[in-house]
Amino acid sequence: MSLISVRNVWKEYGRDIVLERINLEVKHGEFCSIVGASGCGKTTFLRMLLSQETPSRGEILLDGVRMDDEPNPDRGVVFQRYSVFQHLTVQDNVILGLEFAQSAFLGRLFGAARRRAIAQAEEMLEAVGLTRARHAYPASLSGGMQQRLAIAQALIRRPKILLLDEPFGALDPGTRASMHELIRRLWRATQMTIFLVTHDLSEGFQLGTRLLVFDKVRVDPDAPNAYGATVTYDLALEDRSLPPPLRNGHDATAVEHRPNDLRDSIGGGP
Amino acid sequence: MRRLINRRPGRTASGSLTIAPFLLVVVAYTLASAVRLAENPNDKLLPAPSAFVDSMQRMALEPDARTGTYIFWNDTAASLERLAIGLTVGTGIGLVGGVAVGLIPYVTTTLRAAISVISVVPPLALLPILFIVFGLGEVGKIVLIVIGITPFLIRDLALRVGEIPFEQLIKAQTLGASTWQIITRVVLPQIMPRLVDAVRLSLGPAWLFLIASEAIAATDGLGYRIFLVRRYLAMDVIIPYVAWITALAYMMDSSLRMLSRKAFPWAVTGEARS
Repeated sequence: MSLISVRNVWKEYGRDIVLERINLEVKHGEFCSIVGASGCGKTTFLRMLLSQETPSRGEILLDGVRMDDEPNPDRGVVFQRYSVFQHLTVQDNVILGLEFAQSAFLGRLFGAARRRAIAQAEEMLEAVGLTRARHAYPASLSGGMQQRLAIAQALIRRPKILLLDEPFGALDPGTRASMHELIRRLWRATQMTIFLVTHDLSEGFQLGTRLLVFDKVRVDPDAPNAYGATVTYDLALEDRSLPPPLRNGHDATAVEHRPNDLRDSIGGGP
Repeated sequence: MRRLINRRPGRTASGSLTIAPFLLVVVAYTLASAVRLAENPNDKLLPAPSAFVDSMQRMALEPDARTGTYIFWNDTAASLERLAIGLTVGTGIGLVGGVAVGLIPYVTTTLRAAISVISVVPPLALLPILFIVFGLGEVGKIVLIVIGITPFLIRDLALRVGEIPFEQLIKAQTLGASTWQIITRVVLPQIMPRLVDAVRLSLGPAWLFLIASEAIAATDGLGYRIFLVRRYLAMDVIIPYVAWITALAYMMDSSLRMLSRKAFPWAVTGEARS
């Protein structure tokens, strides 16, 4: 059975149609890259998967059940910016999800429960290579490290789906390559389902097992918003179990020039 | 020749320049006072600096003959108590109101227009009503401070809450946070530095309303005293009192600023502390 079924979903704002006739079946463990021109509604689609927005028509099923109409821990997310909490240290950012789950009133854990949460967070931080920065505040981290943190934070609740909204868009090419490596490694390790929205076509091809291209099939030149975009190409990509081309190899340990920087290095690779 | 906007004072020069305006006022006053006193030794308008020392010694270091209290300290304590209660209550209401208006759409819709209207009512115009309703005791004065600063605090904090990126609220929900948990773990900690700033900005109005209400109906307090001795043109009391009020306000402002730096390291530098 499909993990996610998108059934004839439309999204309209007043008379403007953003998305139309979206039909999609996504199986557990797929890594879908969503690409398209800007303004084609790919972020709107992601927001509907997140329940940040609701479809105007049609429905989205998760495990055969209509999706909750507000964001919940089933779906983790990493945005391009502002994904982490500036007032919490790296470690506190990661255990936050556990604290929300285990402490309804205070939203905080103490004593043994906190130590257990920290141990769990430790694993996550290790996986994203932030162990040494665990007591730092996000403002002192580079952009790449903040996104690593956002990923670790999102994964701690073990969501069924991880939604990535242009997560690497603001990063320089070297950092981006090492982030690709990281996300691919995490995806393989956790076997979770990932949706990645990107405007970078090559990123879409490089990551992911399935490429969804959003575009408008009907265009009325007099009324550009009269028709919405839909999925125009749905390509299966080969599973890239091989490491990325060597040209990215030296970038994987690139150091960004920030005063407090820690080396953006990961322990990945075959 | 470098442009004026690119020329900066050095370290020593900065220090002297900072002190200069204060020094200038002191020197100008002393000179003017000396000139007037030379003409008329009984002049009350600009008493000599020594007169300040005398009157403060009398009011701060010797018990009052009639009541047996130290008037200066008694006034200070009375005023600070009113101010502290007013600021605490106002800040509390401002914080709760600001978060509710900024975060919860139902509250926003219900209260936003009402608060905009209330915030343009001049609080001093309400003072007679407060005295009629609450009597001439402490409550009326404290309520005036609260009414004077709360609408500003609510509006300012609501704006700050609104500035929290939506990504943060969505992210918290995907981590399973309830509304209450979002308020306590995401919103409140993030607006705390803003709250301290807003309270700092409210200190001026709070003092204004305090002095005004003490001037009209009180039996002690810094504002009461300066308006009382005004009848006798007692500049030797008024000027030190004003200087003292200024010093108190300045100390409150600086301690809040330092508190903000100490308590919210992530907001200033983002440096880790542990």
